[in-house]
Amino acid sequence: MSSKQNEHWTKTKSLTTTTLVIWAIISFVIHWFGEGLNSDAFPGAYFMAGMGSQVAFAVLVFWFASRQNQIDEEFGFGEK
Amino acid sequence: MIKLDGGFIQNLGRVYGLYTLGFLGFVILMAIFEAAGVSNTVIGWLFVAFTVGIYAMIGVLSRTMESNQYYVAGREVPAVYNGMATAADWMSGASFIAMAGGIYLKGYPYMAFLVGWTGGYVLVASLIAPYLRKFGCYTVPDFIGTRYGGNLARFCAVVILVVASFTYVTAQINGTGTVAARALQIPFELGVWIGLAGILFCSMLGGMRAVTWTQVAQYIVLIIAYLIPVFWMSNKLGYGLIPHFAQFGAVERVQELEALLGVGSMMPTAEAQAEAGKLAALKVGINDASDSLMAKWKFFTLVLCMMAGTASLPHVLMRYFTTSSVKAARQSVGYSLLFICLLYLTAPALATFTKLSLLDPNVATSIIGKSVAEVSNLEWIQQWSNVGFLKVVDGNGDGIVQINEFFMRGDIVVLATPEMAGLPYVISGLVAAGGLAAAMSTADGLLLAIANALSHDLYYKIIDPKADTKTRLVVARIMLVVIGAAGAFVASMKLTGILGAVAWAFCFANSGLFFPLVLGVWWKRANRAGAIAGMIGGFAAGAWYLYMVQFGGMTPWAGIDGLRFGMIGMPVSLVLMVVVSLMTEEPDAETQKMVEEIRVPSGKTIVQQ
Repeated sequence: MSSKQNEHWTKTKSLTTTTLVIWAIISFVIHWFGEGLNSDAFPGAYFMAGMGSQVAFAVLVFWFASRQNQIDEEFGFGEK
Repeated sequence: MIKLDGGFIQNLGRVYGLYTLGFLGFVILMAIFEAAGVSNTVIGWLFVAFTVGIYAMIGVLSRTMESNQYYVAGREVPAVYNGMATAADWMSGASFIAMAGGIYLKGYPYMAFLVGWTGGYVLVASLIAPYLRKFGCYTVPDFIGTRYGGNLARFCAVVILVVASFTYVTAQINGTGTVAARALQIPFELGVWIGLAGILFCSMLGGMRAVTWTQVAQYIVLIIAYLIPVFWMSNKLGYGLIPHFAQFGAVERVQELEALLGVGSMMPTAEAQAEAGKLAALKVGINDASDSLMAKWKFFTLVLCMMAGTASLPHVLMRYFTTSSVKAARQSVGYSLLFICLLYLTAPALATFTKLSLLDPNVATSIIGKSVAEVSNLEWIQQWSNVGFLKVVDGNGDGIVQINEFFMRGDIVVLATPEMAGLPYVISGLVAAGGLAAAMSTADGLLLAIANALSHDLYYKIIDPKADTKTRLVVARIMLVVIGAAGAFVASMKLTGILGAVAWAFCFANSGLFFPLVLGVWWKRANRAGAIAGMIGGFAAGAWYLYMVQFGGMTPWAGIDGLRFGMIGMPVSLVLMVVVSLMTEEPDAETQKMVEEIRVPSGKTIVQQ
């Protein structure tokens, strides 16, 4: 593997790790609080499961795609 | 007439824009028909005939005899349209028909499905899809077979794919039958076969190419059909213009009512439940996120199983083989999620508003707290009782309907909403067309995944590598018909509810395929022996556990029930794959180089078909 490929893969791995950490927080950590998200003013548990997490996932995927694309282009691995 | 040649891809916006306007025009025409006194049955028939007719037409126009078109739609589907097609491929009868009803009946714990079925796409985008696209395979077992080498690895992947997808497809054909039976007023068994005919029309002649363009059309119908009634209800109940924002106020009102009516404390009596059979009364509140460790664990395990399943179900992954580049595959995952969220963000709102219309004494359509005689006289109650979807059992004999005396099937939350809320019948027809689109599009994707694996991997790669393109494509079509007929046969015997079978498919897929797929890209050291051990071990452990819990009378370990058996299969698969890989020789230099190439987006695909 060329050093260029190596470096590209290191950056890709680090982006993927970051993405998966954020993913794990939105998927598991937040929902572990369950009832703790609810308050008298707002149904937080219902909100997170019904809307918050879903929207966050969509934003995360688009962010990931654009970051990965930047990495690919930086190393000349981008596509037309 | 639309021409499906070179100009088609450039004109997609115009074609589907016109199609959407045409569909809305058709809905308005039906509303006029209704006002003019045309009967409900005729309107139901017209909705089904019009939409299925269009899908079939697209299917016929997209016919092809080229393998690249048949298997991966020529790899020219733009990211946005592939996103729409994936959303239709993904959102099945379970999402369209059963999701809101599940939230209605089972409350907060059920919303784990929403989180799992959306978050799984993060795994698809970051771990798997772009790499498989670079690989250039036609099917998922094609990747396993080439990456690990050897017919046995390929064969294991084919078996897991067939089991997982077949479990899923019977549920979809079942869904098609249910909706067709209702809308056309025909027996369920006949509905199943009519549904199958429609499904085959869309996929047989054009394979992936035809399925792609019908799925886009089906997405448009299903999303319109899902959104309109919810917007209508939100406004009718006076909670606001946009249901997604209006729902939180409604949830607080629902929670007040649930406490008042004794949801969670007033359980149905044993006799009443026996009389109601499989129908269920409301027992869990919409926002009852319990603080018990078990409740948290169950939420966590369900989310995890559904996510890993999403990332290993072949009919979803193969949609990303059709994009024009690796970059487009990644973006397309984002669009898929966006289009899926349009429906999944709406399902809880629908459940909440339906609760309000049934529970809130201030709303005219409410039934809880009214007299049994009055409720039994309502037209929609009679209609849906007749087909066995709901039942009022006066358990304490006081002549008033209490919360623990109203039994229903979750499906009616979507199917009967229009009638419940007193909307015109044209909306019911629209919902039926949407449910049909959802079930058909998923069934198409699944049948194609199975038939392609059998024709490409089993027949072409293992049995007869010299077969010419024509023979291969003929075999592919024969497989479609055979698998479809088998699915319809199983569905007509009504073995499982829509959702039971769907959750099983996810767990079969993640038990057998998740780690072989992910590690195939991310761990160069993973080898053939490890992958085979991981596939067989994980799949067998999961299947054994499901059998024991579901049919063998075993008490589930730590709350891991039949919906979550991936929690058993996945760890077994991971451990076996890692241990066996490390104990055996590392993959040869050529394979390692191949893995390095998968990781670079630019350049030619690894496999040249």
